[in-house]
Amino acid sequence: MSSLPLDPLLLSVGAPLSVAALIALGVPKRIVVKLAYLGFAVPAIAGLYLWWSFAAAAKESHGYAYLTNYSTGLDGFGISLKLGLNGISLPLFVLAGIVGFAAGLYALQSTAERMKTYLLLLLVMLAGLIGTFASVDIFFFYFFHELALIPTFIMVGIWGGRDRSHAAMTLTVYLTIGAMLSLLGLVAIYVKSGANSFDLLAIRDTLASRPLGEVTQRHIFGLLLFGFGVLVSLWPFHSWAPLGYGAAPSSAAMLHAGVLKKFGLYGLVQIALPLLPLGALHWSHTAATLAAVGNVLVIGLVTIAQRDLKQMVGYSSVMHMGYAFLGIATGSLLGVGGVVMLMVAHGLSVALLFLLSTSIHQRTNTFDLQQMGGLAQQAPVLAALFVTATFASVGLPGFANFWGELPIFVALWGFSHCLTVIALLGTVISAVYGLRAAARVFFGPQTEAFARFEASKPVTDITWAERLPALVLIAALLFVGVWPRSISTGIDQALAGRVPAAAAVPVATPQ
Amino acid sequence: MDFTVLRDLAAGNTWGSIWPELGLGCLALALLVLETVLPKSAHRRIPMVSILGQLGLLVALLATFDTSRHEAFNGLLMQSPLGELMRAFFLVSSLLVSILGRAGLPGRKVPQVEFHHIVLVVAAAMMLLVESRNFVMLFVALETVTVGLYILVSYYRSSAKTLEAGLKYLVMGALSSALLLFGIVLLYGVAGSAGLAGRTPQGMYFVGLEAFLEVNPHNFMAAAGIVLVLAGVAFKIGAFPFQIWVPDVYQGAPTPVTAFLAVASKAAGFIVLLVLVTQVFAPYEWLVVPVLTFMAAATILFGNLAALKQNNVKRLIGLSGVSHAGFILLAVASANRVPSAIGAVYFYLIAYLVASFAVFGVMTILSGPDDAEQELSDYCGLAKRSPFLAGILACGLGSLAGIPPLAGFMGKLFVFTAAFRAGHYGLLAVAISGVVISIYYYFGWIRAAYFNDEAPISPETASRVDGGGMTLRVAIALLAAGSIILGFYQGPLGSLLSR
Repeated sequence: MSSLPLDPLLLSVGAPLSVAALIALGVPKRIVVKLAYLGFAVPAIAGLYLWWSFAAAAKESHGYAYLTNYSTGLDGFGISLKLGLNGISLPLFVLAGIVGFAAGLYALQSTAERMKTYLLLLLVMLAGLIGTFASVDIFFFYFFHELALIPTFIMVGIWGGRDRSHAAMTLTVYLTIGAMLSLLGLVAIYVKSGANSFDLLAIRDTLASRPLGEVTQRHIFGLLLFGFGVLVSLWPFHSWAPLGYGAAPSSAAMLHAGVLKKFGLYGLVQIALPLLPLGALHWSHTAATLAAVGNVLVIGLVTIAQRDLKQMVGYSSVMHMGYAFLGIATGSLLGVGGVVMLMVAHGLSVALLFLLSTSIHQRTNTFDLQQMGGLAQQAPVLAALFVTATFASVGLPGFANFWGELPIFVALWGFSHCLTVIALLGTVISAVYGLRAAARVFFGPQTEAFARFEASKPVTDITWAERLPALVLIAALLFVGVWPRSISTGIDQALAGRVPAAAAVPVATPQ
Repeated sequence: MDFTVLRDLAAGNTWGSIWPELGLGCLALALLVLETVLPKSAHRRIPMVSILGQLGLLVALLATFDTSRHEAFNGLLMQSPLGELMRAFFLVSSLLVSILGRAGLPGRKVPQVEFHHIVLVVAAAMMLLVESRNFVMLFVALETVTVGLYILVSYYRSSAKTLEAGLKYLVMGALSSALLLFGIVLLYGVAGSAGLAGRTPQGMYFVGLEAFLEVNPHNFMAAAGIVLVLAGVAFKIGAFPFQIWVPDVYQGAPTPVTAFLAVASKAAGFIVLLVLVTQVFAPYEWLVVPVLTFMAAATILFGNLAALKQNNVKRLIGLSGVSHAGFILLAVASANRVPSAIGAVYFYLIAYLVASFAVFGVMTILSGPDDAEQELSDYCGLAKRSPFLAGILACGLGSLAGIPPLAGFMGKLFVFTAAFRAGHYGLLAVAISGVVISIYYYFGWIRAAYFNDEAPISPETASRVDGGGMTLRVAIALLAAGSIILGFYQGPLGSLLSR
């Protein structure tokens, strides 16, 4: 990285944090807005630059490029701030940058109270997200995740909708349980590996020569599966998600559902699967059954029954996490690669849906689907954007989500026919609730309540300030949808030989 | 008369090596002298003299930080880098207690200068306590600390709650001293008994006793002595089943004294415990570790569960302090097998100091005429009335709850890692559930400050946010910054502790 004066990874973490610190120190409001634009834009620009130059960049170790190391005084404990990207973390890093940029733009045009604090917390959250995916040190991977998680609690508590106090408390307690379990799992890897280091690469090297015993692997993977599972809303630990997203302010929901929730999946793919392949095989059927029956089928049906638009989006995101767990459970290159793809696609599409839901709410003053109707006449562009987002979320070809779900289904067929059928049923379910919501909100006759509201305050179409972040997200969805190779090549390289299916061969073959 | 013996003994009295303690003692006496010579109008400046004097000592101590290990006073005391660290720790605590006292004491009809005097004496005794390597030295230092605290706890003597606290602390303190003393006497007696191999007249010295215990690793009387000593120390740190005095005493004591008890007194107890467990009682690991394990689990559960339903913030912080004692016990119980646990204890204590004093500072500013009655409802809407105080409170409580990126999280991480290495899996499960429970009540406090702005607050309560004075405000701002910085940059402290 000597060619650049500043490490772009450190810059991406540091820029939002510095802007947040400046806001905390009390710079005047007009500068705050300009600084905030800068803070939200830097990670996105750096992400795109790094993605562009990744193929040509030198892979210094284990397929990681851009490695840098900063000491924080804890070298004795094997902790240091080591940053770098590989084919798995790069797309998520870019995702965090893009969704962060869109959420930032959307926050800047909103009329939230205590705007300065709101921006400050969003910037801290963004810095945490960027840091999570840029960290090679698993201690900092966890640390940055928590850094992003704390602002979520506060934002739900202060700017949340109805029932915010209860939602904030539920979110905090649930996610703390998940975080604690996963922390315990990570500490277990640190201690049991014997590498005496939290550096993922050092742990990989150590475990490559001396793998952990099968029983140990099972225990640690169990901790991580359920710890991360709570964070990713694996059924039956999902009930915080719709409640929290229902109450969260839109930008916070975009960042949390879009990016932060991917932390758990990323942890499973990047850390747990390669280091604990035997543990993963042991738990794969449990995880797959919970995900297919619980997340996809049960939550899918629950989603259809929702009357509240934001809750519906929240439930749909829980449901889509089921596909991700199914992909991880297959343990094959195709399935796990599909998961990374789906993480990017879902992150973009769910952020888009939360953004548009809030824009709809501003025009109808309700999230209740039965109180809406016929909004397309007043807001045709908003209608078009929402239908596009629904198509993307359902997984229509041409959008990134298709390339996430298809490989998972193909890989799943080899894993279990029965679960594949359930998963395919899920796509029908998601089409039902997605299209039904679009129809309820935008088409059909106007309800009396909506007509009364419109009479008191004329409804306008989506403004350019709201359109811009939505268009950024749609552009990214289409780009990956049309050219999936732009990220799948890196994913393949990073995963090759590191998925449990590859490790299973020597175990299955008798000596 | 053989003068060479006396000369040799005198040569061992390296007075220069305890200059910070002597400095504190001189400063304490100087305060009293100043009170008699200065005119009454100048008396209100004396606390500032104490604060500046301690600041000067702290700077001198850090500037001459001694990283060598050597004995002083013929083995009564042991100087070590970690001992130096604890000296700085107690100096910072007493400095902060002085600052809290300077803000909280005026306006109540109590003697002002004597408070600062006693705080200094107690701090000096705590320094000697953690350096002592002899049971007589240990007991004398401990009694100096405890007697000083008896006075401080009942300092607001016109308040019934404070007197109750003072009486309870006196009775419980005396009981614990008696247990400790009985344990020491048993150990000394066993070590000197003629019928046992390896008997030694040096049973009062840690080194001598350890050598004896190594030869007799299963002596019943010694085991009984060890359990009694542990029980005596457990009183000081407020560990289960000797935690029963904590909520009442913490509530009744003046807020600065509560802070002193919660942080410095507890830290002194833990360092003594750590020395005893890792060195003197190391041959009795079979006994000590199960006892500590049980105590840790019960302490974590009791502290957190009892804190859940508290509405008085002083009781809440007291009971949460009990649970913190449990977390530190977890590290102490691992310290025999895992060297890194020792660094974990120190780091946890430092993080606890930084976070607790920030919270106590806010409590001092917000406390009303009745210091014992500080309710959660007084904090409703604090974020609107004073974003500064609410921010400090959030930093302090967040760190106590162990939320990254604050220092308390690193403390918990080190402790859990050490416990994992030592194989205390069951205890870890208890600890993790403890952390989750604790989130609930810490969050409830933060929720009152940030999210509950509808609750009615009397104008008198609301006006308190402007009190406290500049020194205290600067101090708590520094503490909050310290909690954040220690969370991700440990620097020289990290390298000292991970050595």
